[in-house]
Amino acid sequence: MPAAIASAPPEGMIAAMSSGEASVEAGLEADIQAVAERRDKAAFARIFSFYGPRVNAYLRRLGAEAAAAEDLTQDVMLTVWRRARQFDRGRAALSTWVYTIARNRRIDVLRRERRPDFDQHDPTLVRDDSAPRGDQLAEAAEARRLVMEAVAQLPSEQARLLEIFYFAEKPHSTIADELGLPLGTVKSRLRLALGKLRRKLNGPDA
Amino acid sequence: MIEHQTVDDLLLAHAAGTLPEPVALVVATHLALNPAARARYRRYEAVGGVLLEAIEPKALACDAWARAAARLDAEHPEPPRHEHAMPAGDLTLPCPLREYLPTPLGGLRWRSYGAVAEIELPLDAPGYSTTLVRVRAGRQVPQHTHEGHELTLVLDGAFHDETGRYGRGDLAIADGSLDHRPTADAGQDCLCLTVTDAPRRLTGWIGRWLNPFIRF
Repeated sequence: MPAAIASAPPEGMIAAMSSGEASVEAGLEADIQAVAERRDKAAFARIFSFYGPRVNAYLRRLGAEAAAAEDLTQDVMLTVWRRARQFDRGRAALSTWVYTIARNRRIDVLRRERRPDFDQHDPTLVRDDSAPRGDQLAEAAEARRLVMEAVAQLPSEQARLLEIFYFAEKPHSTIADELGLPLGTVKSRLRLALGKLRRKLNGPDA
Repeated sequence: MIEHQTVDDLLLAHAAGTLPEPVALVVATHLALNPAARARYRRYEAVGGVLLEAIEPKALACDAWARAAARLDAEHPEPPRHEHAMPAGDLTLPCPLREYLPTPLGGLRWRSYGAVAEIELPLDAPGYSTTLVRVRAGRQVPQHTHEGHELTLVLDGAFHDETGRYGRGDLAIADGSLDHRPTADAGQDCLCLTVTDAPRRLTGWIGRWLNPFIRF
């Protein structure tokens, strides 16, 4: 069985998280706040022990060798430490923020490519004036809850494909070969999974 | 290869970090211009965060924390970010596109073919062509079809073709099944960012004749 599939998370893991581990994320968000305000090393140690091995797993899944993944994890976690004051919990959950840092670093380093991203602070960015700042705070926490629910409710074969889509940089045809499924089946299952996610996240019209 | 069929697929792939750089550039610029797309994109990034929380952890080396801890004091904290000052000059182009231009928009040297002028952006991405295209107000791009895919993001003005009308911040996806003839709205030139993963093929009578010689 290909490595990417063998190391998929145990079934029901996300479902278990959405009930039990909300407090872990809340605790870690308090920790990143403490890092931002007073460079609290004990708080950062907790963030490191939770996210370090997960970032490492993510990088390994994307093909980094053990030593390279270890170094890049150090790099990602030190970026979290340095940028703690830039974390804005109104904009994203901590897990989302760490994920984006890890994703961008692996594109830089493993793919040796620039990652073009929009800049939230660019004055030429077109803004949505109808969304008041106060609502965004609830929005980030709500988005994480919605996403957890939506992912937990996917049938396991669709959840697995979604995971491969995020954590394995492969064209659909390679994913199909590895799963021993026709390309059309992979595409239609992924489409089904994405459709469900979309409706759950963006409303029935999405 | 661009194997995405809808704009939402592209947003998701950008959140997953799987798009090749030229396609990512178009999608990121689309996000800068389109708050509704940005709201959906943030949720796709949240999916990445939730999957990261759920991934089976892979233990780091025993000394990993000691290694990191030893460096903490030397790492300078980065200040919170605020909106920066307006860049000088042309404000049509948001980040990240602005960073890919060798000079401000006004100083660029366009290559003109009738109603169409273009500049190829210097991206190191074999197999892709990334181009700024300007179509004169009310004029048409020659009829063409695609061997691969073409993404077109409107930066200024608007155009319409068989599939609809596209204004600033809108992203159009065309593939081999579409034989189209985009027309810029009257009254204003239309400026677009396009990326293709195969040469466009002219299908009009003159176009067919010119095909071996030009790319537009």
